[in-house]
Amino acid sequence: MRLDGKGLIDRQKPLSFGFDGRPIAGFEGDTVASALLANGVRLVGRSFKYHRPRGILSAGSEEPNALLQVGRGAASVPNVRATVQEIYEGLEVASQNRWPSLKFDLLGVNDLAAPFLSAGFYYKTFMWPRAFWERVYEPIIRRAAGLGALSGAHNEDLYEKAFAHCDLLVIGAGPCGLMAALVAARAGADVILADEDSMFGGRLLAEEGEVGGMPGAEWAKGAVRELAAMDNVRLMPRTTVTGAYDQGTYGALERVALHKAPGGAAPRECFWRIVARRAILAAGAIERPIAFAGNDRPGVMMAGAVRAYLHRWGVAPGRKVALFCNNDDAHRTAQDLSRAGVDVAAVIDARGEAEAGGDYPVYTGAHVIGTRGRTGLREITLRHSGGTARIKADCLAMSGGWNPSVHLTCHTGARPVWNEKIAAFVPAEAAVEGLIPAGAAAGEFSTAGCLADGKRAARQALAALGLKPGRTRLPEAEDSAGGVEPLWHVPGPGRAFLDFQNDVSVKDVALAARENYASVEHMKRYTTQGMATDQGKTSNIGALAILADATGRSIPQTGTTTFRPPFSPVSIAAMGAGAQGKGFAPERFTTSHAASVGAGAPVIEAGLWYRPSYFPQEGEVNWRQSCDREVMMVRQAVGICDVSTLGKIDIQGPDAAAFLDFVYTNTFSTLKVGRVRYGIMLREDGHVMDDGTTARLGDEHYVMTTTTAAAGQVMRHLEFVHQCLAPQMNVRFVSVTEQWAQFAVAGPLARKLLSEVLDSPIDNESWPFMACGPVQVGGCAGRLFRISFSGEHAYEIAVPSRFGPALFDLLVARARALGGGPYGMEALNVLRIEKGFITHAEIHGRVTAFDIGMQGMISPAKDCIGKVMATRPGLLGEGREQLVGLRPTGAVKQLTAGAHIFEPEAEAIRANAQGYTTSVGFSPTFQSFLALGFLRNGRARHGQTVRIVDHLRQVETLAEVCDPVFLDPKGERVRG
Amino acid sequence: MQIPCPICGPRDRREFYYMGDAVALRRPGPDAGDEAWDAYVHLRDNPAGRTRDLWYHEAGCSAWVVVERDTVTHAVHGSQLAAEAGS
Repeated sequence: MRLDGKGLIDRQKPLSFGFDGRPIAGFEGDTVASALLANGVRLVGRSFKYHRPRGILSAGSEEPNALLQVGRGAASVPNVRATVQEIYEGLEVASQNRWPSLKFDLLGVNDLAAPFLSAGFYYKTFMWPRAFWERVYEPIIRRAAGLGALSGAHNEDLYEKAFAHCDLLVIGAGPCGLMAALVAARAGADVILADEDSMFGGRLLAEEGEVGGMPGAEWAKGAVRELAAMDNVRLMPRTTVTGAYDQGTYGALERVALHKAPGGAAPRECFWRIVARRAILAAGAIERPIAFAGNDRPGVMMAGAVRAYLHRWGVAPGRKVALFCNNDDAHRTAQDLSRAGVDVAAVIDARGEAEAGGDYPVYTGAHVIGTRGRTGLREITLRHSGGTARIKADCLAMSGGWNPSVHLTCHTGARPVWNEKIAAFVPAEAAVEGLIPAGAAAGEFSTAGCLADGKRAARQALAALGLKPGRTRLPEAEDSAGGVEPLWHVPGPGRAFLDFQNDVSVKDVALAARENYASVEHMKRYTTQGMATDQGKTSNIGALAILADATGRSIPQTGTTTFRPPFSPVSIAAMGAGAQGKGFAPERFTTSHAASVGAGAPVIEAGLWYRPSYFPQEGEVNWRQSCDREVMMVRQAVGICDVSTLGKIDIQGPDAAAFLDFVYTNTFSTLKVGRVRYGIMLREDGHVMDDGTTARLGDEHYVMTTTTAAAGQVMRHLEFVHQCLAPQMNVRFVSVTEQWAQFAVAGPLARKLLSEVLDSPIDNESWPFMACGPVQVGGCAGRLFRISFSGEHAYEIAVPSRFGPALFDLLVARARALGGGPYGMEALNVLRIEKGFITHAEIHGRVTAFDIGMQGMISPAKDCIGKVMATRPGLLGEGREQLVGLRPTGAVKQLTAGAHIFEPEAEAIRANAQGYTTSVGFSPTFQSFLALGFLRNGRARHGQTVRIVDHLRQVETLAEVCDPVFLDPKGERVRG
Repeated sequence: MQIPCPICGPRDRREFYYMGDAVALRRPGPDAGDEAWDAYVHLRDNPAGRTRDLWYHEAGCSAWVVVERDTVTHAVHGSQLAAEAGS
C-alpha cells in the first residue's frame, strides 16, 4: 500500500513493469520489492526444498527469499534479489522454482513430505541401489529443488572490468561512511566512496531521525553534494565491495546499467579491482530474524525493512501490522507506522519490560508461536503471561537484534569475536591489513555513535597516510542504545526457519547436533545452513546459537562464523569481461595477413599468430594438391613465405658475444661480422629449450631468431641468465619481432628474384651461404640473411614492418613471373621434414642435444647453460630414443604423427614401444610419406624395418629407419 | 597482490612472471659435482613462512626481482633487483 507524502521516490515519473506477465505500477526510485509491496503483492517465490510460499523478508542485499528471474532470452539472469533490482519501464521479472504457477505449485507436496526431507536426507534416503543415484535420484532432486535457471544461450550483453586506485576506500555510505569520506576528503585524500545502494545515505534513508537539525536523508544529500564537488573524490553508487584481498586490494561489482533497459552503450556491470592504501569498512549491520513456528510465511518481514519501505519508498507492507522483537530499536517500527496512519495490531516484546510508544497494545514477556494464512499472513498466535491469543495481521515485523556486517573482515582468514554487550560478532582486531571497521559494522549502532566513529576512523586512516585532518564538527543525532536481550528461538511445535533460502529449520540444526555434527563446519555442511547464494547473512548467527543451545555450550565456545568472498554474488560475465569470444586470446597478424587472406589462403593458429596454411589455385580441390604444388614450386623455382612470426631479439653490448657463448651450446664469439650461425640452447636441466639462427651484424651487435612458439620464453630466459647469473656482463636485449617484417625467398631462382628486387644485385661471392648484412630495397634499408629452412638455396629478407605489405606483394609478383609464388605452413612443414630440420614437434621439452644428434654442438671449450646436466646418467647412450627418419616400405604407405614404433614381430603394447613419430608429411619430391621420430638407439638402426602403429587412427605401417635428412645430405643445394 | 618492483614501484602481480625460489641465483660451478647440481636444479624447500622468490616484470621493465614474502601471512617484506642481490 503506497502512502501519500512519504518516500524518496519520484512521483512525477510513474513506471510499469511485468511480474509473471502481470503489469505492476511503480515510480522511479522503486525497487521491484518496494513496487510489489506497494501493490499488495506478498507472495513472490517458492522455497528451495519444500516449495513453501515465500515473500519479501528484507530491504537490502541480504534478501534470502525474493529471488527472481530478470529479463528474457539469452541475457535472462536468474536469482536476482527483488530488493536490489531497480525498476525501469519495460522490465520483466518472473518468479522461480514453481510449476505450473506461483499460486498453485505442484511441488508444494514436498512440504507435506517434510518429515522425510530433514537434514542429510539425501545421504540417508537415496543410498540404494547405488546405480540409481546418478541416473534417477539426482536428476529428480535437482529438478524439484532449485532456484532460477540459466538460459543456456550465449549472452551478448556488454560487461566490463576495470582497475582503480585511491588513498582511502570507504565501503558503505551510511552516516558513518559519509562522515569518514567527508573528513578524509577535506584533508586532501583521494577517496573512493562505494555503496551497493543506488542512493547514498544508508539507514538515514530508512529512518525518521534527524541529523544536524534536519531529516537524516537531507543531511546525507548535503554531504553527497559536497563530496561530488571535490576532485579528489570518486562516488561509486550501485557498487558492492565483494571481497577484501591482500595488500589493500578489493573486488567490487558495479551495477552500471542494470537499472536501465538492456541495449544501451553502457556495460550491464563492471567488475572493479580497487587498490587502496587504507580502507574503512562502514558496511552497517544486518537485522536478524527470530526463529518461531511459521516465521517464513509471506508477510513476515524484518522490522528495519518495514521502516525502510515506509520512509524510503512510502510503502506500508501491510494494512494491519504486528511487531515481534527483543530490543528497543524495533519499537520505532510500530511508532513510525502508527504516526503514518497504519494500523498497528500489537507489539509483542520478548523482554519483561518495554515502553508503549503509541496507541496500540504492547505484550511484554510474550512470544509469537504460530502464524496462519495459505499464501500470505492472515493471523498470528502469541503466548503471553496470561495465556495465548490470536491477532489478525497481514504483516508481522520481527527483530532479533542486529549483526554487524563483518563479512569483509573475514576474507583474509580472521574470525570475528563475540561481543556479549550487543550479543553479536564484531570484527577481530586488525582483521584485514589496512582495513578499519567503523560504525555499525564495528558494533556501534546509534546514529551519533556512527557519525563519531566515522570521524575517528577517517582520522586514523589519515594519520597512516601522513595527512593532517582539518576541523570537522559532528552533527547532532540520535544516541540511544539498542537495549537488546538475546532471543534466538521460540520453542514449540511447528517448523521455525533459520535459513530461508536453503530451507533449514531449528529442527535440522538440532538433528545435526544429535547425530554428532556438533562442530559448526560439520553442522553447516550437513544441514546446508548458510550455503545458499546469500551465504546465510540473516541466518548464520541464529543457527550457531541453536547449535550452542543444543550442545550445551556458549556461542563463543561453539565457534564463530566466517564469510568468504564474494559478499554477494558476482556475475562471471563481469569478472571475465573482455575474455569472451575473440577476446579470450589476442590475435597477432603478420603484415602479409590481408594479402594472404585475399589470395584465398585458409589461416591456422600458431600460438597467438595466424599464418596462411596454403594458397589454393584454381582447380585444386584439397589442401594436399596445393601443398604438393607449393613444395615442388620451391624445389624447382622460387617460393615466398612470411616468416615474421619467428622471435627476433636484438642483442647489443661489449659482452654480447661472451653472453651468447654462455646461453648457446656452441660458440658465437668466433662468428664473423656479416655471418649467421645455427645454434641450440638448453635448459639448465640439460634438455633442449630452443633452436634458431643468430646473425652478427657488428662487433657488439647480434640478432637472434627464436622459434615462433618459444619467443617469449627465450626472451625471459636471456634476461634471467643475464640479470640473475651474469649481471657483470654489459649486454642488453630488446624484442624486435614486431618491428621487422621478414620473408623467406626459397628455391633455385631465389637469387635471380632478389637481384631484380634489391637496389644492387647479389652473387655467390658477396652473399655466400650463411652470410648476412644490410641491403636496400626500393630505397628502403633492409637486412638480408642467406639462410634456409627448406634445404634450398634461400634467403630471408627483412624490412621495417611498415614496408611489409608492399614488399610481400612485390616478392610474390616477381616469384609468379618466375614460375613460383607464395607458400604456406603445410608446404613449409613438408620442406623441412624432407630436409630433416626440427621444430618443437621434435624438441618438445624431453629431448637432449644427444637425442637429436647435436651432441657435437656442445662446445667442450666453455661452460654453457645446461651443459653439466646434459651429461648426467640416463641422458646419453643407447637407451635414449634418438631422432631418425622413417619411410614406408610395406603395403600401407601412410604414416601418421604421434604413432608408436615397435619391432615388426612385437605385440603393439605400451611395454614394447620403441619410440614414436613426431612429424609426418607427404613428400612430393620423393612421392612418399616421410616421418621424423624418435627410436630407441635409433642412429645405430638405420636400414632396419620397424612397425609403426597408430592405435587411435588405426593405421599400421611397416617402415625403414633412415637418416632424418632425406634430401641433399651434403647440403649442395643451399650453397648453390 | 602487489609486488614492489625496485624500478617501477608497487605493481599488480599480473604484470609478473613467477619463477620460484631465489636459490636459482646461486648457480654452481661446472665442477661442483652431481649433488650440488641436483640440488640447484631440482630440490626446493616449501616453507610455511618467509620465502625469497624470483619474479620477472615481464609486462613492465623486464627486471628480474627477488621478492621476500611470507606464505603464511601473505605479507610482502621487500624486494631487490636480482642483478644486485648477489649470488
